[in-house]
Amino acid sequence: MKYACFIFGDDEPLPEGEGQKLYDDSIAYHEELARKGHLVALDALEDADTATTVRRRDGKLLMTDGPFAEIKEHLGGFFIIEARDLNEAVRIAGDHPAARWDSIEIRPVREMPKPA
Amino acid sequence: MTTVDLESIYREESRHVLATLIRLLGDFELAEDALHEAFLAAAEQWPREGLPRNPRSWLISAGRFRAIDVVRRRARYDASLQRLAHQSTMSEELNLDLNYIPDDDLRLIFLCCHPALSLEAQIALTLREACGLTTEEIAQAFVAKPPAIAQRIVRAKAKIRNAGIAYELPSEEDLKQRVQGALFVIYLLFNEGYEASFGEALIRTDLCSEAIRLAREIVEILPEPEIYGLLALMMFHNSRRGARAGPSGELILLGDQDRSKWDHSEISQAQVYLKRALSPGNMGRYACEASIAQVHAAAASPEETDWAKIVRLYDALLHIEPSPIIEINRAAAIAMRDGPAAGLEIMDDIISRGALSDYRFAHAARADMYRRLGRIEEARAAYAHALTLTQQEAERRYIAGRIAELG
Repeated sequence: MKYACFIFGDDEPLPEGEGQKLYDDSIAYHEELARKGHLVALDALEDADTATTVRRRDGKLLMTDGPFAEIKEHLGGFFIIEARDLNEAVRIAGDHPAARWDSIEIRPVREMPKPA
Repeated sequence: MTTVDLESIYREESRHVLATLIRLLGDFELAEDALHEAFLAAAEQWPREGLPRNPRSWLISAGRFRAIDVVRRRARYDASLQRLAHQSTMSEELNLDLNYIPDDDLRLIFLCCHPALSLEAQIALTLREACGLTTEEIAQAFVAKPPAIAQRIVRAKAKIRNAGIAYELPSEEDLKQRVQGALFVIYLLFNEGYEASFGEALIRTDLCSEAIRLAREIVEILPEPEIYGLLALMMFHNSRRGARAGPSGELILLGDQDRSKWDHSEISQAQVYLKRALSPGNMGRYACEASIAQVHAAAASPEETDWAKIVRLYDALLHIEPSPIIEINRAAAIAMRDGPAAGLEIMDDIISRGALSDYRFAHAARADMYRRLGRIEEARAAYAHALTLTQQEAERRYIAGRIAELG
């Protein structure tokens, strides 16, 4: 099964040196994921204050500044993995270096038809 | 025509049959339908042809074949069912054991107590699937409406299916944590039943026996000390059930209970389990609590209770699991060992930290210490405070009775 993992964190800066360590550990973790055949896709996101939310109502395009939900934690990145079941997905996501600081929401992917 | 007591066979077998069918069919709901179909077939055939030699195997096999039929028919129209059709049909080729194996029961319990489900869902699912209670019985036990419970169970099953929660035993590295999770659910079930197991709420006492039965089932396959510890703890408590209520359903606390009404065969069984729970130099939380219950069980009268030993065990328990509630219990034990003044001093210190200012037992215990010190007005005030924090009728009557006794 495919699982999408969303990394949510607050904007508090990490302690001295931890930011660089998190980055380095994440790169190594991604390589390990790919090597074991679990990695489907991944990326990080720019800060939440760069977000724009858009919706169309009655044909009119409405735009608001900021993320969709005003909560303390923001979506900071995501990765999509291939895992046997939820237990394996939990184990994999729990090993992400960001799990030490942030929270990771795991959602099973409902596959859509992809254009060729 | 043979008479077949299908009802008692259902009670005895349905959970085991379901547990095996889920493994063979790979789907919760399909397995439940199959279980239902299997019993319908049994109701039709057994009175005519007599009871099969092994009813459980018969039911599993009948259920499986009916499910295979259903899935094959449906899969023709619905491509998403093909995987299911494959597993159901191919059980032999997949090398699955077609008979019941004891691991199936364990798998079902761990599935119901999966930490990815909410605690409410774990409890409802465990009672429904691992204990075989009806939705109505569960609703009654938790003072909820049946549709609410039904919806909770449907949602939980949908999550199991859609999130891919596997029907398997936890891996070696997860086992300890998963066992703790399952024990926590079982202990909650037990307490839910025990707290209200006097007066008219009979179904709730069923929760106690179900909790004990589940723990027994787990420990037979997985003889871990902590499971024996919880089993012993629940049985020590359960042994006092007949002594906890007066003639008009009023609550009787440990110190005032008629100890001849305790179930002494249950106590000796609990003692056997407790021995298995205690490994040298390593005492778990439940084993420690069970040891405290054992000291009470061993005392012929309240006066003969070894309070020094109980205080030592509370010290150990606090070390395993620091908690203000345990500190309160320890203070009450110290009041018994060294006198109420010593207990009160510790108790006031705990309450002044603010953690438990709304905890009714803390105020009731303080009231009791004031009473024993002859400080009647302070006792009255503390009982009154406890009364404002108590919802439960039997407890209210108990406290009101104590206030009346102060004169």
